[in-house]
Parts: sequence; C-alpha cells; structure tokens
Amino acid sequence: MALISSILVPASGLVLAPLLVAVINRVKARIAGRQGPPLVQPYRDLAKLLGKGAVYSTTTTWLFRAGPVVSLATALAALLIVPLGGVAAPVHFTGDLVAVAGLFGLGRFLTVVAALDTGSPFEGMGASREVTFAALVEPALFLALASIVATTRMGSLSSAYGAVDAALWSAAAPTLGLVAATLLVVYLVENSRIPVDDPTTHLELTMIHEVMVLDHSGVDLAFIEYGAALKLWLLGMLLVGLVVPVRTANPWLDGAAVIAGLAGLAMVVGLIESTMARLRMNNVPALIVGGGVLAAVAFVVGLNP
Amino acid sequence: MTTPWLTTYNGEAVAIGLVPSVSIDRFRKALLDASDQGDRLLALTGWPVAGGLRLLAAVAVDASRQIRLTSAPVQDRYSALTPELLAAHYFEREIAEQFGVHPAGHPWLKPVRQTEHGPGAGPSLFQVAGEEVHEVAVGPVHAGIIEPGHFRFQCHGERVLHLEIALGYQHRGVEQALLGGPTPRTLALAETLSGDATLGHTTAYCQVVETLAHTKPSARANLIRAVGLELERIANHVGDLGAIAGDIGFLPTAAYCGALRGTFLNLTLRLTGNRVGRGLLRPGGVAFAIDDAELLEVVAATSSALEETRQAVELLWSSPSVRARLERIGTVDEAMAETLGMVGPAARASGLYRDARRDHPTGLYRHRRPAEVIMEGGDCFARAMTRWLEIIRSVAFLQRVVHEGAKGEAWLPVGPLAANHLTVSLVEGWRGEICHLATTDAGGRFLHYKVIDPSFHNWFGLAMALRNQAISDFPVCNKSFNLSYCGHDL
Repeated sequence: MALISSILVPASGLVLAPLLVAVINRVKARIAGRQGPPLVQPYRDLAKLLGKGAVYSTTTTWLFRAGPVVSLATALAALLIVPLGGVAAPVHFTGDLVAVAGLFGLGRFLTVVAALDTGSPFEGMGASREVTFAALVEPALFLALASIVATTRMGSLSSAYGAVDAALWSAAAPTLGLVAATLLVVYLVENSRIPVDDPTTHLELTMIHEVMVLDHSGVDLAFIEYGAALKLWLLGMLLVGLVVPVRTANPWLDGAAVIAGLAGLAMVVGLIESTMARLRMNNVPALIVGGGVLAAVAFVVGLNP
Repeated sequence: MTTPWLTTYNGEAVAIGLVPSVSIDRFRKALLDASDQGDRLLALTGWPVAGGLRLLAAVAVDASRQIRLTSAPVQDRYSALTPELLAAHYFEREIAEQFGVHPAGHPWLKPVRQTEHGPGAGPSLFQVAGEEVHEVAVGPVHAGIIEPGHFRFQCHGERVLHLEIALGYQHRGVEQALLGGPTPRTLALAETLSGDATLGHTTAYCQVVETLAHTKPSARANLIRAVGLELERIANHVGDLGAIAGDIGFLPTAAYCGALRGTFLNLTLRLTGNRVGRGLLRPGGVAFAIDDAELLEVVAATSSALEETRQAVELLWSSPSVRARLERIGTVDEAMAETLGMVGPAARASGLYRDARRDHPTGLYRHRRPAEVIMEGGDCFARAMTRWLEIIRSVAFLQRVVHEGAKGEAWLPVGPLAANHLTVSLVEGWRGEICHLATTDAGGRFLHYKVIDPSFHNWFGLAMALRNQAISDFPVCNKSFNLSYCGHDL
C-alpha cells in the first residue's frame, strides 16, 4: 500500500502537471470574457512540439542542448523527493530539502548557461535578471522549508509534511502561516508569474524567464515547457501540502485533498494574474526579500516554540 | 526692411509668387527669431519650384491662428539650423535625404528613412563606449503584430543611457506617387498614408484640394467629417489604453478595451462600410449622405459604449499596481516637449496645449470643438489619462453637434485646382496635428506634396522619454506614445 501510494505521488505529477497551466489559462480567459483554450491544450502543445525538429544556432555549443535536458531531469528528480501532503514521496532522507533546493538550482544554472551560450543580448539580459532574483528567492525557499522542518522536528520533507496536521496548525498557526505566505511568493517568482514576470507577454525587453528560452525549439522546447509545468506542480505541492492539513492515514484521501488544493492554487494564480499589473522590475527584489523575511521570522519562532 | 514672412491661414491658398524668397542667412535668422517668440516649426522642406530649389519653412503662430511662410534659394549646402533649433533635426535630415542638400554642422546627419545606406552616407547608429555598457537591438521584426522599426538601446545594466530609433522600413514613396495629382488614385493614396489615421489624413488631403479649387464643403459634410474624425480618435484612444494595460500585464483593461475598440470601429463601419473609414471622404464633401436618424443612432451607441469603456478604464486609475507602473515613467517635461516641437496628446500630456482643432480650426471645428484636455507631468500616466479624458470629451462633443445637426449637400463638385498655388492644411488627427503642404504647377497639378504625420514630430520625444529609464519599461513608454511607422516612413 505504502509502495503504491509512493509511486502514485510522482506519477500524479507527471500526468497532471500540465493541467495546472491549463487551469490558470482558463481562469484568466474567463475573467477576460473569453472562452479560453480547452484544458487539454498544454498536452496537445507538448505532443506537437515533441513531433517537431529543433533548430540550433551555429553559435551555440553542447551547453545549449544540455539546458532543456538538465532542467527537465532535475524537475523529474525533485518529483521523487517532494511529498504530496501527507503522502510520503518514494525517496526521503534527512536533509532532503537541501537536495530539492539544489536540484532547482542546478536546473536554473543550466538554463542560464544555455541562454548565455546563444550570445543574444536578450538572453543575456534575461539570464542576468533570473540570476539576480534567484539569489534572493533561493534563501527564501530554504528558510521556508527549514522552518517547516524546525517546527515539526522532522528530518525529511516527507516526514515533516506528514506531521503537518490540524493539531500542528492550531499549535503553530503563526509560523506555518508565515511560511505559507513565503511559499506563495516563491511560487509566483519561481514560476515566472505575475506580478513578477508575465508568461504570456511577447515583449522581449520585459521578460525574465521566457526570454531565456526564446531560442529553443521542438523537442527542447517541449522539455522546457514540461519542466516548467512540473515546477508549477512541485512548488505547488510544497505550498498546498502545508496549507491543506488533511492527514487521515488514508493516502488516497490525503493525496486527493492536495490535488484538489493544487487546482485551487492554480485558480488563485489565475485570479492574481487577472487583477494586478506586473511590478516594475526594480521593485521585484522588495517583494522577494519581503517574502524571505517572513520565512526568517517563522524560522526563528519555529526554533523556539 | 520688409518682413521675410507671408501670413496665411489653415485652409487658405496663396500664389507661389507671394511667398518671400530671401537669402539663406535671413531665412535662418527669421526662423530662429520666430522660434524665440514661441512660434512653432510646422514644416521645413525642400521646395522644387520654377527657378531652382528653395528651402520652404512654415511656422505656426498658434495664438493668432496664423501660419507664416518663408523660403530661400539653396544650392548644395547651407548652414544647419538644428544646433540652434532642435525641432528642425528630423526635417534637415529629410532635406539632405530627399534633395541632396547638405545642412552643414548638423550634429547627426543621416537618412531618416533609408535603412540601407552605403559608406559615407552618414554616421551609423550611436554607440556608448565602456566595459559595462551593453547594446540591445530590437526589431525591425517584432514579436507582436506591429509595424517594423529598429530600436537600439545603449544600456548600463537595466538602465537605458540612450535610445536610437531607426525607421524607414515602411517607406513606399507615397509623396512621390502623389505628384502630378490629383488623379482618381490620389484619394486612395491619401487614405493609406497611415491606416489607423485614415480619416485624419484624408480630411487633410480633401482640405488641400478644396482650398486649391476654391470649394467649401457644406455644413452637413463638415458635420459628418467631424463625426468620423472623432470616432477615429475614440477608437484609437480606447485601443491604446487597452494596449498600455496589456504591456504592464493588467489583464482586465487589456481584454475589455481591446474588444471595445472593435465596438467603436464598428460604428465607423456602420457609417462608412469600412472599419477605418475608407471611402467616406472625398474632395467636396462626403461620399454618403448619412441622415440624421443614422447619426443619432451612432452617437447613442457611442455613449453606451463609453459607459462600458468607463468600467474597464477606471480600473486602471484605481489599481495601485497600475499606477506604480505608469507614474513617473517615461517623462518628457514641458520644456523638452516644446524644444522637440511635439504635438498631439503626447504634447498635451506634458502641459503643452497644442490642438489644431482650437489653434487652426477648419470645418465644423470653426464653430464647435470638444472641451480642452491638458495634463501635467508628461509621464506614461499623463499620456494615458489624456487619452481617457479626450475620449470623454469627444463623446460629449459628438452628442452636442449631432443633436444640433447641419444642413447642406453631402457633396459638391470640385473644379480644377488653381495653378501655381501653395496651401497648408492642418487637421488634428488622433495622434496630433497632421500637416499636408501642397504646391501646384502651371497646370494645376501637384508639383510638390509634403505630408507631415504627427509621429514625425514625436518619435524623438519617445527617445528622450527613455533616457535613464529601465529598459523593461520601454514597451509601455512606446505604447503610451503609439506613434505611426508608416505615417513617418511614407
């Protein structure tokens, strides 16, 4: 039973992650008064891209080709470690939150290096922005996860999230609330959503993440888009697993609650994107640092309950 | 000493012989003195009249509704005005390009439109040197469905030190094609000078022909023209507000204004059978005798669409996240706007009230005009707010003039054009003042036809607005100006 549910944690992400993208787009479309694309559109896009050949600029090297592969591989690896709320992930060990943060960092590093490899000023600009904001968002993610571990006194993400139940929320609501706020900021930043980045814009000069992958095509682009969907799912699990404290000892029920929560999170993101403008680029650090400070406070409180 | 100027008015024709021909030194001094007095450079162009090439200058004295003209014979070079009169910058580059006359001492002499130029044709793009400076090139092929133009940024990190705008990719030779007219084709060419300002440019062209033929369109035709012109202004301003919202990622206004622009364009479609108003205007009046009932219905539809627009647009002003993206971004102060000779909503947003409907009125605007809109600040917010207030004023204006009504034939026949005459035609299009300057030959055919789209005055304003701004704010600055590429490139 435990083995099956452990396998179902990454499997559900593999299958359902693109659906989150579809839900966000559908919510945005509805609020804008449009019908919106069908929910299977991201899957169709992936299928279409996988059937296409890729074009490589002669100025690029193997680094450019390694970028999409590594960023997808790191997301797949992280999927084995991050629990679905109370349902443990197949792989868990003490300090695995460092491994998750490290995998995100590695994926980002290769994406940035691949962008710089093109020699395009746009991609260089995007890489510079991505790294600047990453330097701020990584500590915030670290502090948030460390606060959960500190509060629950558990070593691994799976055991820590398993311990986040209604009782813990009533005992440590301020700490967990602050961590949830930080994780929401991290979620928006890491996934290049409004108010930090605009995933739908066509304006290269305003892009952060999108501009780094402008030169990728075909299968590589499919890898990037699928990897991005997985990241949306992974970070969503970290946030929703915390704020949906359904721990019934029935993995099916617990897992279903988190998956429903993820759909809700996608709707919240759609609502945020529909109701506010992007921040000015130079105000983004204030948002991220603000989020990080919340986690820092939570961490201190979590160490001294 | 006699005056170097000939005074005329918008919609008046003067014989070529009456335009003073003075020495180039006096020409320069006259222009500089006029600029010191606050007169505005309307046009500066080569003028190929009998007896050799001359430079022709037109300045506007907005307070007295006058247009003053002067000219000077010129050989292959003269001492450039630009170092002392910045508003002449583009005009002198154009003179060098079109007539091969060298404005000596011009600080940045290169073609305005010619994008492929050989060695020695002028300096290439401006460059800032330094280890930490980087250059970003955007266009001419863009990601969105917009016209082609090349933007070269000199940046220090995210900060723009300098933006150079290189246009000309849409150059079609329209001014050349207009020569020898009017022919049946000429009207079609006028309608395509700048597609989104079809009615503005076509009104200016019709005014040229009517003036030279001594014909006055009826009050009825003037009313229908004004309805078309204001509908064009409203539709474009609504579209711009939506596009500004889109560039800062503000979905609701972007989505609804995009759709509402269509509603207003469809009202133009209803009147003329074409969304941008092609086929409505012709010299002598309008092509369709649209009756009062129809006009009243269109105006009522305009008012109800305005209420929908209000809901979408007021979200912009009430959202802090939007205000933070528009306020103090892309500022062009009043002094800079005046120095550059900016026109239209962009100038009015900087506190410079320039409006041909008030300063040089023709047609219906001689008797009736929308309430004035003027803002301070000259930032993206001011340019957006100017547009919104102009939408409201234009709808109120339409209500008023259509209810008052007007009588007369929709169209009156137009005779032959006066020979050897010159006329300046000014129309306040939605982007600002459209200027057509036409000269006829001995046979009453166009010998010279100069089109000056408001974008020609304002492109440099955009470049200045970007100084010391974040490069990521360029799209919203650009959209807040929304200048015409093909109107500039001709």
